Amino acid sequence: MSESMPTETQPVDPKKQRSNRMVAGMCIAFVGGMVGMAYAAVPLYAMFCQITGYGGTTQRVEQYSDKILDRTITVRFDANTSGGLPWDFKPVARDVQIKIGETTQIHYEAKNTFDVPTQGRATFNVTPDLAGAYFNKVECFCFTDTTLKPGETLDMPVVFFVDPEIVNVPELKDIKTITLSYTFFPIEGEKPVAAAPKVDGETKIINSDGKAGG
Amino acid sequence: MAGAAAHDHHDHKPKGWVRWVYSTNHKDIGTLYLIFAIMAGCVGGFLSVMMRWELAEPGIQIFHGLASMVYGVEGDAAIDAGKSMFNAFTTAHGLVMIFFMVMPALIGGFANWMVPIMIGAPDMAFPRMNNISFWLLPPAFILLVISAFMPSAPGAHGVGGGWTIYPPLSTSGQPGPAMDLAILSLHIAGASSILGAINFITTIFNMRAPGMTLHKMPLFAWSVLITAFLLLLSLPVLAGGITMLLTDRNFGTAFFAPEGGGDPILFQHLFWFFGHPEVYILILPGFGIVSHIVSTFSRKPIFGYLGMAYAMVAIGAVGFVVWAHHMYTTGISLDTQRYFVFATMVIAVPTGVKIFSWVATMWGGSISMKPPMLWAIGFIFLFTVGGVTGVQLANAGLDRSLHDTYYVVAHFHYVLSLGAVFAIFAAWYYWFPKMTGYMYSSAIANTHFWVTFVGVNLVFFPQHFLGLAGMPRRYIDYPDAYAGWNMVSSYGSYISAVGVLIFLFGVFEAFSKKRVAGASPWGEGATTLEWQLPSPPPFHQWEQLPKIK
Repeated sequence: MSESMPTETQPVDPKKQRSNRMVAGMCIAFVGGMVGMAYAAVPLYAMFCQITGYGGTTQRVEQYSDKILDRTITVRFDANTSGGLPWDFKPVARDVQIKIGETTQIHYEAKNTFDVPTQGRATFNVTPDLAGAYFNKVECFCFTDTTLKPGETLDMPVVFFVDPEIVNVPELKDIKTITLSYTFFPIEGEKPVAAAPKVDGETKIINSDGKAGG
Repeated sequence: MAGAAAHDHHDHKPKGWVRWVYSTNHKDIGTLYLIFAIMAGCVGGFLSVMMRWELAEPGIQIFHGLASMVYGVEGDAAIDAGKSMFNAFTTAHGLVMIFFMVMPALIGGFANWMVPIMIGAPDMAFPRMNNISFWLLPPAFILLVISAFMPSAPGAHGVGGGWTIYPPLSTSGQPGPAMDLAILSLHIAGASSILGAINFITTIFNMRAPGMTLHKMPLFAWSVLITAFLLLLSLPVLAGGITMLLTDRNFGTAFFAPEGGGDPILFQHLFWFFGHPEVYILILPGFGIVSHIVSTFSRKPIFGYLGMAYAMVAIGAVGFVVWAHHMYTTGISLDTQRYFVFATMVIAVPTGVKIFSWVATMWGGSISMKPPMLWAIGFIFLFTVGGVTGVQLANAGLDRSLHDTYYVVAHFHYVLSLGAVFAIFAAWYYWFPKMTGYMYSSAIANTHFWVTFVGVNLVFFPQHFLGLAGMPRRYIDYPDAYAGWNMVSSYGSYISAVGVLIFLFGVFEAFSKKRVAGASPWGEGATTLEWQLPSPPPFHQWEQLPKIK
């Protein structure tokens, strides 16, 4: 039949067309599903980090350790600011030597060296990354927005202990030092980066502090 | 109009530009894809020759001059702009070669041309969608080109973060519009590929000729089917990831910003969940092509047909669970590393099945060393070299030292630049007589092969030494100790560039000499359906569906 001849806009058979559309529809659903999976990865990944301490995510606990080992471990403290936050931010003591399992309180100190009030928010991280799961913080100043007036100094305590379970982890059983690093990021509204390729006079001064983050 | 066309002679085709711009014919669209890929390949090749020219000696050779030519900066600013420009060249080279050269050539070009013919279908399942798939690519490419002239970081132009576009360099590191344009370009290129993949899956599932069961389908069709599935699974994840980048940059979200509770490493997971299957997307169609060529020029059916087909399925499937082998240095636990080392090495098994089956096909065959066969054997040899370094790099311990060195650059260029590209040229010389009806000059084709073979090996083999010696990738300059092999590598790149010129001349020569090829120039070894049609095939083929035994 001449009608079954392929033309510019074939195919012709409506049954075939329906089944083509079905396959295509399934493919599109599949694509949509995969985009959804990509976004689902965000909360799943955060949950995964929280549970396993992956990537140096530390653990938040309410209780102190009931076991204190005889072994000591050095915990170093690092502090830095990112994005030109004009704060003098440092740990009071650079490191402490503690028994594994012993609950310890240490202090960080931040001072606003700029002449206007500035606002910052801290995030933290533990190195080696795997130690994150065994670094238990009872009290800390993470993810809270902090405002400092010009010249104001703030004392920020961290209460933590190192989980005695750490000696049973093959990768970690021999480590002597854990580093806890805090980074303060400035909060200046949610400024999208792409909007501001140029720096104006005032922010330039702030930026000259350099991005020592990480 | 459709009614009028139906009564015309079957070879009626629209005239002039309408035929190409409005085309719904899989062969015309395939031709468009191939032309596009050749042009993009020349652009990507130009970028790489510039980089090799720069790296020929320690110090800054040409990029400060290029930067002052293109961006109009002088003095120290030109040197800084030149350094960023080198990074932008690296990034653009990668993106252009992957998204605008290899994928359009293998999937859009050869698969569009040959898969419907090989499975006995009159055209693709959705001819109009096929047209959109192609016409999305030029705008995507133009966006990428425009991005090279846009500001990124202060004092820099173009995206300079590598094709992997890791944050924070791609978010807070490069605030200018260059990155946004590149992201948009990837979105559009991705949409084009997803539409193409849907089209191939539907075509292969629904439009095979009577008797052509999946287990009788030619291996090239198999390889395209698997590739299409990989595209469908992986590209949406890239699209999601780069959309998050875009919103992080422009709309204040914090998917990858630690100050907002995000994590930059998450992007690496998303990227490589796409990125690893992507490298198989680039090479699988090549596997299919090489199988046909080896079988044709050995005059034997392919050894272990089903094993070959399912080896590709296995490579595709396992390819989705090995992504973190790109991330050994991001602090994943030893057990996780052990798993990814193991899973990665498992891929060597189906790949080995393929290599040995090609060798077994040639074994005892009546081999004729025509140009396509030369390229195919070149492919098998070079791909195996790249595979061996791949197995080395799969080891987390070794990778700790080789990560981001030229060893990795050598590895992936052996499998892609020397693997996928050799497969593309093999396919070109295999199907050129079929697509055009003309036979090219074997002498030119052979010269093209040998010049390219010598050239690319000179480029990339010394990079193994540089990588082992610790030279990091993605830098404009290097310590003097690396000068010797860098010079060799640069000379290799000039020789390869000559190879490209020989290729273009060969195409020109074939069209001007008009030697008639005939329906089946490769003789009795060529058994797939396309060789039953005249060369070039009629505008609409298989009005009488072929019968498959």
